[in-house]
Amino acid sequence: MIVGLLVLLGFQLLGEGLRLALHLPLPGPVVGMLLLAAVLAARSAGSPPQGADSGRLDRVAGLLLEHMGLLFVPAGVGLVAELPLLRQEWAPLLGGVLGSTLLGLVTTAAVLHHVSCRRPVAIAQAR
Amino acid sequence: MMPDRLVAALWAPLAAAPLLWIVVTLGAYAGGRRLQARLGGSPLVNPVLVAMLLVGGLLLATGAPYATYFRGAQLINFLLGPATVALAVPLARNLHHVRRSLGGVGAALLAGSTVSLLSGVALVRALGGSRGVALSMAPKSATTPIAMSLSQEIGGLPALTAALAIIGGVIAAIVGQRLLLRLRIEDHRAHGFAAGVAGSGVAAAQVASLSGLAAAFAALGIALNGVLTALLVPLVSLLWR
Repeated sequence: MIVGLLVLLGFQLLGEGLRLALHLPLPGPVVGMLLLAAVLAARSAGSPPQGADSGRLDRVAGLLLEHMGLLFVPAGVGLVAELPLLRQEWAPLLGGVLGSTLLGLVTTAAVLHHVSCRRPVAIAQAR
Repeated sequence: MMPDRLVAALWAPLAAAPLLWIVVTLGAYAGGRRLQARLGGSPLVNPVLVAMLLVGGLLLATGAPYATYFRGAQLINFLLGPATVALAVPLARNLHHVRRSLGGVGAALLAGSTVSLLSGVALVRALGGSRGVALSMAPKSATTPIAMSLSQEIGGLPALTAALAIIGGVIAAIVGQRLLLRLRIEDHRAHGFAAGVAGSGVAAAQVASLSGLAAAFAALGIALNGVLTALLVPLVSLLWR
């Protein structure tokens, strides 16, 4: 648990440091995520990744990702501070979120379907 | 009148410290989860949405300023950082899926992410929205922690972006599967990946019940779209002055 948390926070710190040093346009946690993904991919390239360390990391990461919704609540509540804006611009907000979500969803699925899903994968085969 | 005065005497010191707000946030989220479970897991009663409404309503009813609430709740907010880094775990685990269908995944990601970003900005402008709202809309299809920090960076309103990301996810979760089936797209890879790219965590949780393959492609879509959006959004704000 502690080691897993230390890995996540350590990579976040590393990401923030790199962002500041290199003036990257990416948020620090995103830089940290990319670094950690690269390290995990490199480590599992040679051998299957089942060490004690990766087990600890998996547990903390799984816990955080499972309850990620809770972590959005404090920022989302900030909407109460934006009520005048919501009242004033509800139409562009609603139209924008509805339209762009559906367009993005259909585009993504249609392109993936037409480029590489000509041969559907059976579910049994996928597991 | 005794209970009123007791509540008033307790409220002021408790409202000033983090504990009350952490309990309120956790309680509202737990309440949202229970409500969703009781209503058969319907995506309409998203626990994040329910918790936002409950806590927001409490703030409005008591007149407690958002800044006071956030001073307490930022301990929860802080965990968004490590949670974003944690996305590396499913990303690394599903890397072999990317290698196997590299062309399709890359093309779908690029097309879907760009369409959702640009159409969001264009729709807001076309419907008479301000620049601040358009900039808050731009990063909303990225997973919420990434979307929020991007919004902050380009001059949007992070709270608005967070709410839009969640609401977009709820929309994708409610209509996504039916819409794609109507278009005769049945492959679980396409369903999962589209949910991850366009609807982030909320829609991904919904589509994960289809199959393990859909869940893996949803996780992949979240992680890859987070990265691509993080690269595209600063570009949009640079080009659009």
